Amino acid sequence: MMATRLMQGNEAVVEGAIAAGLKFYAGYPITPSTEIAELCAEKLPFVGGKFIQMEDEIASMAAVIGASLTGLKAMTATSGPGFSLKQENIGFAAIAEVPCVIADVQRRGPSTGMPTSPAQGDVMQSRWGTHGDHSIIVLSPSSVKEAYYVTIQAFNLSEKYRTPVIILMDEVIGHLREAVNLEEYKDIEIIERTMPQDKENYLPYQHIENGVAPLAPFGKGFRFHVTGLVHNEDGLPTNDPKVAEKLIERLVGKIENNKRDIVMFEEKYTEGGDVLIISFGSSARACEAAIENLKKEGIQAGLFRPIAIWPFPDERLKEIYPKFKKVFVVEMNTGQLYYEVDRIVKGDTYVGKINKFNGEFFTPCEIAEKIKESFKNGI
Amino acid sequence: MASELVEKYFRKETLPNIWCPGCSNGTVTAAIVRAIDNLGLDKDKVCIVSGIGCSSRASGYLDFNTLHTTHGRAIAFATGIKFANPELTVIVITGDGDNAAIGGNHFIHACRRNIDLTVVMYNNHIYGMTGGQYSPTTPRFDRATTAPYGNIDRYFDICKLAIGAGATYVARSTAYHVQQLTKLIEKGISHKGFSFIEALSTCPTYYGRRNKKGSPADMLKWLKDHTVDIKQASKMTAEELNGKFIIGEFLNVEEPEYVEEYEKMIENLRVNYK
Repeated sequence: MMATRLMQGNEAVVEGAIAAGLKFYAGYPITPSTEIAELCAEKLPFVGGKFIQMEDEIASMAAVIGASLTGLKAMTATSGPGFSLKQENIGFAAIAEVPCVIADVQRRGPSTGMPTSPAQGDVMQSRWGTHGDHSIIVLSPSSVKEAYYVTIQAFNLSEKYRTPVIILMDEVIGHLREAVNLEEYKDIEIIERTMPQDKENYLPYQHIENGVAPLAPFGKGFRFHVTGLVHNEDGLPTNDPKVAEKLIERLVGKIENNKRDIVMFEEKYTEGGDVLIISFGSSARACEAAIENLKKEGIQAGLFRPIAIWPFPDERLKEIYPKFKKVFVVEMNTGQLYYEVDRIVKGDTYVGKINKFNGEFFTPCEIAEKIKESFKNGI
Repeated sequence: MASELVEKYFRKETLPNIWCPGCSNGTVTAAIVRAIDNLGLDKDKVCIVSGIGCSSRASGYLDFNTLHTTHGRAIAFATGIKFANPELTVIVITGDGDNAAIGGNHFIHACRRNIDLTVVMYNNHIYGMTGGQYSPTTPRFDRATTAPYGNIDRYFDICKLAIGAGATYVARSTAYHVQQLTKLIEKGISHKGFSFIEALSTCPTYYGRRNKKGSPADMLKWLKDHTVDIKQASKMTAEELNGKFIIGEFLNVEEPEYVEEYEKMIENLRVNYK
């Protein structure tokens, strides 16, 4: 029986990563994610893993990709400014299809912003931060326990789809301490990289509809090429437009067409009512309290909380939003996930936004007040 | 000999290469391959990592574990590979723009760590892939597309930088001195720790033409005439050495190597925390 422990969100990421088989961490100090690096430096030597503090954020991302190519499960962690610096190499991992996990513990930006204050301003950067067409998986936990679970799934999905996976935390969840019991995750499935068999005819980028070829580790006799250039199925560069189109289609398709396998969400009171609140990460916690508050005032509110925010669980949202009079997207930015929700609802129902971007966390009262006000004003 | 090397170490389906006629990148790449062959390394255990630029395209032609990375970042990727799997021999192919400009930070810190990588920098004194812009090693007053009236930047001596930053094996040779270059790369690979070999090379298309340096053969001859071996240089005055590149081995010392130090630390933990 596992004991209940007091654990910090950043610590839960490290525990989850180790449970998933993390063997390599490269990072650079940045608030509010630094505890992830510190704990990896402390713990990895005891689980057969390695930790290195690189000279900058760019190098950390590069070292993680290099280590992953030797077959190790690898990750890094950062916050806004560092996340921006990592984007080019995240794109490299996307086109070269190298599994890796990046935790972005968001703080108020842009630029240096407010290093110790929470924000959810990287929703779009996590989706589109690197240049060019690609798809990516982004998971956003709402509690310490979920940070543990989501981290394991981040590794699983990155191995399964040979893609970078981003854990989009925020300062509140990163630094929050909660009592957690991880007993229920004791037998959770851990996905390991599959080893290809045929050394002679190995195609590391074989065209598999909605899928990926197994990735051989460097040093095991496969001797293949990895590049950020558009490449053939053997990994060698090409300018052939047909190959380019097919490659980009597969890179996007392997995630978008497997959405049903990837999406994760939680819902509460979604059988119908006055207002559907859509929120994620720490903001969703304030929304839960706001819903109880609204109930006392006679307003029936439901919560739809995407855990995988990219790809967004649009199929499920389409099923539930028609049961509500209006929809509100609550997030600690000026409105980012709002646009994705608005795109899905397509004007059928009013979509409002409730935002906070002053470096302070939402209170349940202010969310409830804004919703009550909208009913008073007859929106 | 050459065709044997091609047969054994090149991905023949990728040839001919993309380099211009008269480019010396092939000569430097052949020196690397010859060094690997002379050392009798197992192809499966050799990893070639490169950045972005003309010379960095070499990785695609070679039949090893090969990684063509982002601009300037080859050493950082290579650090991850070597640290994760120390049994691999990791060789980095880079150019003067890739390593001395955009990748400078990774270079100095890899020198400082003394991690067991061998970096071969093809120095053709120009950005070739993008059409001839000046690099940190374009000689002063030479012309480039972005220095149409002459380059006012000071020359960056990357061997001195490597020594200052803590590399433990540092050498320079040229595409003309193929045998010496091969030998120095061989020693660099065998050396435990961070090895840096600068290979002066030639770009007849963008650097040579704009600066009226003559034919590809003239440019190789220029390398012969403007280099002095380190032993001979020690007997020459500063005046006599003006305008010459010193070639040979500058540094070959033993210092604790990064990956071994980490492994020692882990071993120490295993003993003391059991």
